[in-house]
Amino acid sequence: MADYNMVMAGFGGQGILFSGKVTAYAGLMEEKNVSWLPSYGPEMRGGTANCSVCVSDEPICSPLVVTPNVLIAMNEPSYDKFIDAVVPGGTVIIDSTLIAKKCERSDVNVFYVPATELASEKGLDGLANIILVGKLLKETSFSAYESVLKAIDKCVSARKEHLKAKNIEAINLGMSL
Amino acid sequence: MAEKVLMKGNEALAEAAIRCGCKRFFGYPITPQTEVAAYMAKRLPKIGGTYMQAESEISAINMVYGAASAGVRAMTSSSSPGISLKTEGISYLIGSDLPCLIINVMRGGPGLGGIQPSQSDYWQATKAPGHGDGHILVFAPSTIQEMVDLVFDAFDLAETYRMPAMILADGMLGQMMEPVVFPEKEVVEHEKPWAANGHQGKREHNIINSLYLKPDELERTNRERFARYEIIKEKEARVEEYLTEDADIIVVAYGATSRIVRAAVKAAREQGIKAGMVRPITVWPFPAKAVAKAAETASRMLCVEMSLGQMVEDVRLAVNGKVPVEFYGRTGGIIPTPAEVLEQIKKIAGGAK
Repeated sequence: MADYNMVMAGFGGQGILFSGKVTAYAGLMEEKNVSWLPSYGPEMRGGTANCSVCVSDEPICSPLVVTPNVLIAMNEPSYDKFIDAVVPGGTVIIDSTLIAKKCERSDVNVFYVPATELASEKGLDGLANIILVGKLLKETSFSAYESVLKAIDKCVSARKEHLKAKNIEAINLGMSL
Repeated sequence: MAEKVLMKGNEALAEAAIRCGCKRFFGYPITPQTEVAAYMAKRLPKIGGTYMQAESEISAINMVYGAASAGVRAMTSSSSPGISLKTEGISYLIGSDLPCLIINVMRGGPGLGGIQPSQSDYWQATKAPGHGDGHILVFAPSTIQEMVDLVFDAFDLAETYRMPAMILADGMLGQMMEPVVFPEKEVVEHEKPWAANGHQGKREHNIINSLYLKPDELERTNRERFARYEIIKEKEARVEEYLTEDADIIVVAYGATSRIVRAAVKAAREQGIKAGMVRPITVWPFPAKAVAKAAETASRMLCVEMSLGQMVEDVRLAVNGKVPVEFYGRTGGIIPTPAEVLEQIKKIAGGAK
């Protein structure tokens, strides 16, 4: 398997850190080495939030992803901040409801998903992040589908049991796009 | 086997301490270590422990002083500016020969500094954790698993040698998540015949004290303590050596920085540069012997830190002029990238020819 060095970025409140956690847990379910590093600065409080996720067969050296091969962007400032750092051949997934820009790079694989709009249409409010993880899964197969389901089971707390099915629905929707 | 779980460094530190039988936590919140306190606040009341949010860091460390005096496993946790406030109490703990655990999840300084990761409290931790002659044990984990394992060792050695122990982490390790397995071993607390606890009048009462007004008495206690430090330096210094055997250039780094250096060393090897790394796991005692040994085979050394050069002084002392020791550091909350470190290694490799 290839190493995945991912950056997920957007506004605080979009579930950026959560989608990173699901991705990392999916790797853990497959006995991979994983790491998850959040931004924890003042920007988290109402500003931009981002996290680095590494999934690898080898022990993770730097958990801080400087040159990602996967970028999920959920707002324009984040897109602007990270798009140039993506390595050639990398995968970029953009929430096109929130980001009007088109990527000018031709050496990365870009996917535009109107995730926020879809989430609201399908009764999956607040799960645009997970729709994008579903799309990522389809385009990169970063882990097995079953591992992502297990990850959701681990990451959604028991208090929010009812949200598990919604999360799975969001993954499925993302994969169908 | 115990399940591998994904856990934040700060939470893993707290859970490890609980599993070590530490049920007394005294702290005051500060980014980027607040999750330690938050985890303790949630868990300790459920298992018959005490979580106390003190009114200040000074107060918290003195509560640890009190609990440790009574022979109880106790801890506190903070980040750089908060640790500065604790140093008076730490000195008292040293002067009273008391074991405890102190966690420092370092952030950038000086002053209030910033909240991003840093290693600029190395001097404070290893040279002057408080006023007066004295040291504390300082462990520098580089993974979440190692954070957990070292908490067990820190409590054990703190009680063995009757002195405070510190886990010197940083904002990156505190905030990141990694898979971790908690060791299922039985924790044995050491006998504490010195503890000032209830004894129903059946023995002479114990006194916990750091005040010695007679200079000869104070000199004697300090000398006794330093004799113990010599044993610790001999027995407890720990290090990891990575690709050092045939290495021409050896990089010395600890904690989170060692992870970045490992990536750079790997990349250097791929480019045909014989690089290796010596990673101190204890920074007090500093593994001087291992560093000196590395200097026998390497032609140049490089110390990389998230500071403007603190541990490099210990590296240079250990190397004792045998080979040049270069330094590279970022500070203020900036984490060096593997590419930056690789650039330094290449620069030095060029100079070595």
